[in-house]
Amino acid sequence: MKPFVIVAAVLRRELLRAVRNQAEALYPLLFFALCVLLFPFALGTDSVLLSRVAGAVVWVAALLASALSLEALFRADYADGTLEVLVVGGASLPLLALGKALAHWLLSGLPVLLLSVPLGLSLELKPAVLTTLLVSLALGGVCMSLMGAAISALTVGLRGGGLLLAMLILPLYIPVLIFGASATANAALGLAVTAELTFLAGLAVLALTLTPWATAAALRIRLS
Amino acid sequence: MNFAALHKYASLMHAYRLSCRLSPWLAGLCLLLFAWGLVGGLLLAPADYQQGDSFRIMYVHVPAAWMSMFVYMVMATAGAVALVWKLKIAEIVARASAPLGASFTFLALVTGSVWGKPMWGTWWVWDARLTSELILLFLYLGVIALHGALDDRRSGARAGAVLTLIGVVNIPIIHYSVEWWSTLHQGSTVTKFAKPSIHIDMLVPLLVMISAFQCYFAWTLLIRMRREILDYDRNASWVRDLGRGVVTKC
Repeated sequence: MKPFVIVAAVLRRELLRAVRNQAEALYPLLFFALCVLLFPFALGTDSVLLSRVAGAVVWVAALLASALSLEALFRADYADGTLEVLVVGGASLPLLALGKALAHWLLSGLPVLLLSVPLGLSLELKPAVLTTLLVSLALGGVCMSLMGAAISALTVGLRGGGLLLAMLILPLYIPVLIFGASATANAALGLAVTAELTFLAGLAVLALTLTPWATAAALRIRLS
Repeated sequence: MNFAALHKYASLMHAYRLSCRLSPWLAGLCLLLFAWGLVGGLLLAPADYQQGDSFRIMYVHVPAAWMSMFVYMVMATAGAVALVWKLKIAEIVARASAPLGASFTFLALVTGSVWGKPMWGTWWVWDARLTSELILLFLYLGVIALHGALDDRRSGARAGAVLTLIGVVNIPIIHYSVEWWSTLHQGSTVTKFAKPSIHIDMLVPLLVMISAFQCYFAWTLLIRMRREILDYDRNASWVRDLGRGVVTKC
């Protein structure tokens, strides 16, 4: 089979599963919204303060939503033996990993991106800043899903899986957070943001080329 | 390359015996170097013209920070070897190094903080190098947690190796992104490529202390490896003989 066909098949299967189990597909989105909504309660309703921290708040919430939603990425396939069948059947694990990561981005990264428009506006974010926030979240989200898939494969089926996964992945997310949040902060100050966004795009390409193999290695170890 | 010969040395029993034989020598060398370095650094080296005597914490801080990165590279190399050649001894080195590296990182952070209080007037600043070191500590803790989370020692070690290698790719990215984000730390004063900006009387004890830390790492690594070897080979007859006291422990 051609690589494209395999990735498309994995994607189709993940999307079908999300359609048939809509409640679970909504968890990351609801978690993200709640996480952002906690901040006005903690910081107060001062609109100047809120607009200053809005970009950072959305970024941290997106990071947490990504980290927590990754736990489910391989869980069902590991539990019911699908992964084992795929490995024994000689399926291309890097392509499977790539499909899974893209599905994760489509099902959790993209909705978070869309939801951050109303949430950002409710936090008094200016429209010009919002555009930068969306672009940085789109690029950063791809990095996060790709790197997250590798760690998700490493920790699948372990006790304390979710927390362990978050603990392992959050340090690796720091560069993405730095570039994303500083792009948003610079946009708020009216400065150029091309450098940060280019770095994020570079990280996304790097992750795209390297992480599928790391995920495949991790899957092989967990299934051996 | 003759892999049969390689496997003889990779045999865990041989590694155990070798570790027993090397340990006392390394311990002696380590103590000698520590004595030389500490006397040279704390008593003989001149006081700094700006920082006075408080610069002397450098003799613990710099070697600890150096070791925090060196041990990570040891762990990554051992992890790569374990993944490619599936050598048990490499898995054992990687497993045994992780807690040692984490302790060196912690020591570097604590001594830096103790020095920062009189010098910068604060225990902690969100400076690039401090923050990178803190992230490194979390990377170590993640590897240790992953080792502990898998019941099977071998696949635990291999999973840890994958995480360590992901970390190796990430460390430069983390380092430079954090550097961009903020820096206040003084520049490096010992480099291979330029003439060091540190006085020779201060430099010699520092280099001695770095060697002392290296020896300490090698020594404690051997001790930890013996413990791991016994666990790996716990069903082998030589370990059972050892447990029954038929042969001497070391």
